[in-house]
This record gives sequence, C-alpha cells and structure tokens, in this order.
Amino acid sequence: MGETRKIALTVNGKRYAEEVEVRMHLGDFLRQQLGLTGTHLGCEHGVCGACTVLVDGVSARSCLMLAVQADGRELLTVEGIAPNEEELHPLQEAFRDNHGLQCGFCTPGMLTTLIEFLGDNPDPTEREVREAISGNLCRCTGYQGIVAAALDAAQRLKALKQA
Amino acid sequence: MAELFGSRIARLEDPALLRGVARYVDDISLPGMLHAAFVRSPFGHARIGSVDASAALALEGVHAVYAMDDIRPHLVNERLVVGLPSPSYRQNRDRPALADGEVVYVGEPVAVVVADSRYLAEDAAALVDVEYDPLPAVADCRAALEDGAPPVHLDAKHNLLAEFDMGFGDVAAAFARAPHVFRESIWIHRGGSHSIECRGGVAAYEAAEDLITYRVSTQMPHSALRTICEMLGRDENQLRVVAPEIGGGFGPKLVVYPEDVTLCIATMKLGRPVKWIEDRREHFVATTQERDQYWEVEIAVDGEAKILGIRGAMIHDHGAYTARGVNLAYNSGESLGLAYNVPAYALNIRLALTNKMPVTPVRGAGHPQATFTMERLMDRVGRELGIDRAEVRRRNLIPGADMPYEKPLKTRGGMGVLLDSGDYPACQQSVMDRLGWADFAARQDAARAEGRYIGIGLGNYVKGTGRGPFEAVTVRIGPSGRIHVYTGGVAIGQGTRTMLATLVADQLGGDMANITVTAGDTATISLGIGTSNSRLAVQAGSTAHAAAIKVREKALKVAAHMLEASEDDLEIVGSEIRVKGVTDMKVTLSQVANAVAGTPGYALPGGIEPGMEAEEHLVLDVMPYASGTAGAVVEVDAETGAVRILEYALGHDSGRIINPLIVDGQVLGGTAHGIGNALYEWMGYDADANPVTTNLAEYLLVGAAEMPNVQILHHESPSPLNPIGVKGVGECGVVPAPSAIISAIEDALTPFGVRLAGTPVTPAQIVAAIRAAPAGG
Ligand code: FES
Ligand code: FES
Repeated sequence: MGETRKIALTVNGKRYAEEVEVRMHLGDFLRQQLGLTGTHLGCEHGVCGACTVLVDGVSARSCLMLAVQADGRELLTVEGIAPNEEELHPLQEAFRDNHGLQCGFCTPGMLTTLIEFLGDNPDPTEREVREAISGNLCRCTGYQGIVAAALDAAQRLKALKQA
Repeated sequence: MAELFGSRIARLEDPALLRGVARYVDDISLPGMLHAAFVRSPFGHARIGSVDASAALALEGVHAVYAMDDIRPHLVNERLVVGLPSPSYRQNRDRPALADGEVVYVGEPVAVVVADSRYLAEDAAALVDVEYDPLPAVADCRAALEDGAPPVHLDAKHNLLAEFDMGFGDVAAAFARAPHVFRESIWIHRGGSHSIECRGGVAAYEAAEDLITYRVSTQMPHSALRTICEMLGRDENQLRVVAPEIGGGFGPKLVVYPEDVTLCIATMKLGRPVKWIEDRREHFVATTQERDQYWEVEIAVDGEAKILGIRGAMIHDHGAYTARGVNLAYNSGESLGLAYNVPAYALNIRLALTNKMPVTPVRGAGHPQATFTMERLMDRVGRELGIDRAEVRRRNLIPGADMPYEKPLKTRGGMGVLLDSGDYPACQQSVMDRLGWADFAARQDAARAEGRYIGIGLGNYVKGTGRGPFEAVTVRIGPSGRIHVYTGGVAIGQGTRTMLATLVADQLGGDMANITVTAGDTATISLGIGTSNSRLAVQAGSTAHAAAIKVREKALKVAAHMLEASEDDLEIVGSEIRVKGVTDMKVTLSQVANAVAGTPGYALPGGIEPGMEAEEHLVLDVMPYASGTAGAVVEVDAETGAVRILEYALGHDSGRIINPLIVDGQVLGGTAHGIGNALYEWMGYDADANPVTTNLAEYLLVGAAEMPNVQILHHESPSPLNPIGVKGVGECGVVPAPSAIISAIEDALTPFGVRLAGTPVTPAQIVAAIRAAPAGG
C-alpha cells in the first residue's frame, strides 16, 4: 500500500473514520472501502457523470476527487436518497413511473445531479432539465424518460411542500 | 382475468437499481480477491519478442504476470473459435487467448498482471517490458484489399477474410432495359457500443469442488461457458457462468473475450478469486466495435421511379480477428431494400481484415448501414426524376395487402426471409402527417427568407428480429408458493424480468410481485442462447408463455383433484386456486406445489407428473420482421455546420406490445444511438491504425441537450410467427435514424446543392461540403 492518511467524513448521515491511500479517488473509496457500490464508475475521466455524488450538497464527480479531499465533508450518495427501506424518494418514484432508467448504470449519477438541481430550481422547464443533465451520459434511455421523470418529480416535490 | 399483457407496468427491476443496491460485476467482492490489469499492444501490428515481467513482479503486492507462454499449458485449445459457420471464409483468424508472437491491433492483450489491488496491478502493468518489433499496419479496409497491401497477419497472403455474393432475379436484364440508372458511393464509419458499464469479470476457483464460478458482464453466458470449457479442457459441470446485473450491452458483450479465458486460468493458478474491470479508455481498444462499410451501388428505375434492380459491391471492415463471423456483412446484404419491392438484386460482399479492433454486432448489426445506403438511393431517385422523395418510397414500399411477403433471400442460417406483417406505406404516411410533410416546402421557404436552413428527411427500415432457434425458459411454482422463472436469456437493461413476469403472471394468478426471474445463470438452466438480435421478447417471451400455460394446466389439475372440483370451474387469483364464485373452496399455490413434491411411499394426486414446473424450448426459426419510418426536421447553421434536430418522429411496428413503457424506452434509446451515429460518433484511427479517439471527450455520445423529444407513433401488426404476436424492438430505433437525419440535412442545404454520402456528418464536414458544393459559399 502507498502513502496513507486518516480522514473523517459523513456519508448518508453516517460518520466514518478511515485510513485511505492518498492516491485513491473518492469513487473507489466509497465503493471499495465503504462498500457503497451504488455509486458507479463509467469513465473515470470526468465525462460520463455516473459517479456523481453530493459533497456538502454540491454535485461532484467522485472519479475526479481524491478521497482525502472529502475529509470533514458531508456526502450524499444514491444509497442515501430513499427515506427508508420501504419508500422511495419522490424523484426515485418518478424515475420508476416514467421509465427513467433501463440498465440503471447511469441512474445514481442522474439522481444525485437532479436532487441538487431540483433543490435550486424547483419548477424547471424541459430545456433546463436537459441542460442540467447534459453532463450525465446515458446509453439506454435516450434521456426522454429521465427528463419526464425530473419534470414529474418537480411537481411531486412541490405538492409535498404545499401539503 | 384482466390481462397484464399490454399494460404500462412499472418495472420489477427498478427499486433495487434506484436504491443503488443492485449488484453489477464491479460490485462483487469475494474473500481473498485479487485484481487484474492487462498489458496491451501499443502497436497496430508488431512482432513480439521477450516479455520481461521481472520489474513488475518485484513490486510488493504483485502476485503474478502471465503471458501466452505462461497460460499455454492450461489450454487444450489456444484460440477462441467463435466464428459463426459460413462457406465464405477464405482464412481462419480466430483470436488467441493472449497475443502469441504477434500483435495485430492496438489494445490486443499481451499479458495479465494480478495484484492485491487494481492500483498496484496498473502500476505493475506499466513495468512489464514487452519487446516489440513494429510492422506495417493497415487501417482502411479498402486499402487492405489492394494488391501489395501490408498483411494484417504475418502469415497471411492477403487480407480477404471472406467473400460472397447475394441476390436474386435477372439483374443484367433489369439494368439493360432501365431508362434510368444512378450510382452512389456510400460510407458508414465505425463506432462503439459504449454501454456506460464497461466489461468485467470475477473468476473464482474452488479447488474442493474443482469448480470455476465466473461472474461476467456477458449477454451470452451459455456460449461463454462452452467456449471457455473447450479451451480449458473442462467439463461443463466444472464451470458456472453467471451474468450479474448488466449495465447495458448493445452487442459487444455477446462475445467471449481473451480476458475471460485468461481470468479463468489465473484464478486456477493462484487459487484465489481474480477480478478485472475494464476502464473506459480500455473499452475503446479492448471491446469490439462495428459499422465501417463502403458501398458502390447502382439502382435501376423506370420512368415512374419504380425499382427495377439494385446491384453493387460492398467492402466490410472485419477488424483484425474473427470475433463473430460474417454475420454483420451478411445482415447488411440481406437487408438492403428489404422494405421495398426489388425485382432483381446482386451484391458482392468482401470482408477485409484490418489492424483494428475486431468487429461484432453493435446495436443494429449491419442493418443501419444497409438502410442508410438504400435510403440514400431513394433520395437520389427522387431528386433525379423530380419526384417527391416520400412518393418515390411510397411507390416502392411493399403494401400491407401483400403481407405476408416472401423475399427470395435466405438468412445466414438458411431460413427464408418472410416479411410477416405490417403496413409499411401507412406507417410512412403517419410520420409524414405528424411532421407536416405536405406543407413543409412552404415552411422551408419561410425559413430561408429569414436566412435559416431547415430540412426534412425520411428513413424506412425493416429489421429481422427474434432470431431463433429458441430460448430456454423454466417456470416453477416452488413449495413456498413463489413462482420462479429461469432463462438462458440475459437482462441487460431491457426489462427482461418484467417482461417475463408479465407473461407468466397472466397465466398464474396475476401477481407479478410473487414472481422471481433469474436470467443468465448457467447453473439454473442447462440450455440458453442469450441476448442479441432483439430476440428475447420473441423467443424467451413466447417460451415463457408456453411454459406458464403448462404449469397452469398442471396446477389446475392438481387443485381439481384436491378440491374435488372440475378444472373448468377453477381460477387462479394471486397465490390461490379457487372455485369460481365459492370463496372458501380454495388451495394455495404452495399447497399445490407441495402436493406434487412427493412423499415417500405415497401416490401423487391425480396420477400427475412430479414437480410443479415446465421447461420449454419453443423452436421459432423464422424471424419476425419489425418495421418503421423515421422522420426528422433539422436546422443547419450554414456558417458553423451545426445541426439541430427540431422534430423527430418514429412510426414503429414491432407487433403486439407487451409493455408500452418498455417498448417506448427501447425505441428511444435506439434512436439516441442512431442520432449519435448520424452526427457524433466517430471512432478514428490514423494511417498506422492507432486509435485517435480513446476517451469520451474525443468520442462523443449524444447527451440530453442534443436529443429532441422523439414522437413515437405505434403501429401494432401482430406477428403470425409466435404465439404472443410480438416482434423484437431493441435495435429498431437505431436503424433508420442516420437515414432520416442525413436526408434532412441535405434537404436543408438544397440551395447549396450539398450531397452527403456517409455518416457521421460533423459540422466541419458540412462546412466543407457547402464550400465544395456547386452553389457553395
Ligand atoms: S466515472 Fe466519473 S465522470 Fe465518468
Ligand atoms: S439506464 Fe443504462 S446507461 Fe442510463
């Protein structure tokens, strides 16, 4: 093992103190060291967006960030999106109802990206949604189901807020 | 009972995928697992001298480095013999398990490094010193066939891999009497599949059982098992191949690769599980690609634009080895003009070896190329004769009244080509109506008056789907009452589990939540073909339907015996079988299954066969042909060459629809891939066969911002060829997209007289074409 360092961080509300190799990227750290394999690696060069996680609420490509850079941060990964074991998050429900996923490999990055986006823009247009996910590649869906899911989720989230 | 068939049912697969708990191959971690990285050729062609692994092995945490000589003792067969049969081969070019004395494309695996971590394995791979003696390489398949071309393989006399002729009718006579003959030179460029999940495998040997379990991102576990067993000299019960969750396939995952064989050997030698996960840059040089073809074709038409004959020659880039066979070029030849009445046809096809990545199907498998070629010819005829392009097509499309329509052709397996159902002209008309074809000229003029160039284009396609001969499916009601479905087909994102559960639930109680589908595990079903050629709904779907009916009959018989009722009076609702109208006269599926599980010494109820299950292998040899029309409206920026798709409609007929949600998704995904082929995806090689696009910034996949909102117009002509009336859909969207888009671009640029003959068309090419055109800038 190469040079290591101790880091402490919170992932999906759970605190971790870990010793990590300094060259390990955040995606590998989450997957291999914490066993959170929901975050996927599709290119490891910053283009596909599959590896997107939220770091202190802001989307980041976990393949382009070192694990040590996550020291002291609070992360959200796909495993932390659903409120509990029984229910899905409204965005996840909308993905299912609108067929926003096929193989599911790009999905974790799509979900995290859209959680941030819908937080900033609760009432987006179709064009805005397309721009928001323009850095996330999907080879299966042609994006139409994902866009529909995002617009549907915005409505669901709005309705929840009003309720 | 209300049928689930035809309903928009949300998929069973989704919750696990949405929570991030589904298990793809890279998510598998086994105790003691080691990690592999491959040393790959940096040359398009070179002789290999020594492979010096000493520096790599000196690194702490490196367990082994194996080159061909190290794995040879474990191989009874050193090559992957996977080419589909054909009498047309001129030479055998099967891939070696690892490069053997020679490398013939950039990326060819030369050695494997196994270490404690992937990071270490990659460090060590960089330290493996391979002695290369570079040789001339050939990248262009046309150049490869010229006299004096450098041989792709050292021992080859020429680069012709295979050659054959296809056709029917009296072509010479047709051309001799034709008032009009037009000639086109068409090219289609190479691209990749680029599933967002790359390839990978985890091989784990258990000495106590002498069993290798190989979990691999494959579309065809049973054929992988056969090939690996053959090469390793193992019995089929000494290898289990399992497809875990697959992050997209699109073709290249259907073949077995050198890495698969090498990993299985490595785990045996080391006695520990070994994992290899391809990264994206590797995917560009390690996973098969498709589509390079060059066509020289002529069409003969009468004064009414009716086709009299088509003839020509096509050169197909095969890559450096045979990874699948002549199938792609064959598909192209077979499908040219399939949608139309073509009285005479002759095509010479040559497959050229090149020092490039071997080719296998990529979504569409030869059809997009032929469709593009044919549709370019249709546009040409319209332009030359001054007849509307859509009208030219309408006059030649096979009318609905002529269905079923037999083409005087054979599939590669010798089956007849029967266009089984559909109304092609009606489908084309629906797209024209949706996009306002009739009024488009006025719209175009108005745009031009504002200095904007818009255009409209069409592309018709017919695609053979559901290739046989069969797919195995077992349906079983377990003692718990749960229904299990097993298939040799593989779920690669296309909703196979939901599709099969829908068909089974329709026969067995209607509760999809009570059904578990296991797809792609050789330990659960002895036969299987796998996922390719838009085949699972047709093959596995029909077979699941048949198997479920058998189990239903059996369950009713046993229940009738247990309830002392007539089978006709029974119904299956959820997990119960009950007498219609008498709510308390019922047995559960669990009770029925247990009744035939057998008790030592006691007779089975009703003298029935043991076990509440049926395994079926419905043989469906003749392929159902899906069909459709794509229509695109584009705007071209004449200054920058940028193309924007303003509208896109796809009229589509894949027979009866099991689940509209899934069918729409398949069509949309295919369309996106086709739009990529038309405008973005260009897998480049330089003259020395070095790949020049090896990351996703250089090789562009279409993104959400570039995609139009696709309008799908469903036509449902049931196929008479299978019991559920379906046709395949997975590849349909991709096939006609480039035809429609390139046609629309050309139409937009009519004022310049621009002609386009290939895909993809990049902005730079469009600007150059405008400058070079007769009325260019
Ligand atoms: S894996 Fe990080 S952007 Fe592709
Ligand atoms: S669902 Fe497969 S890549 Fe997006």
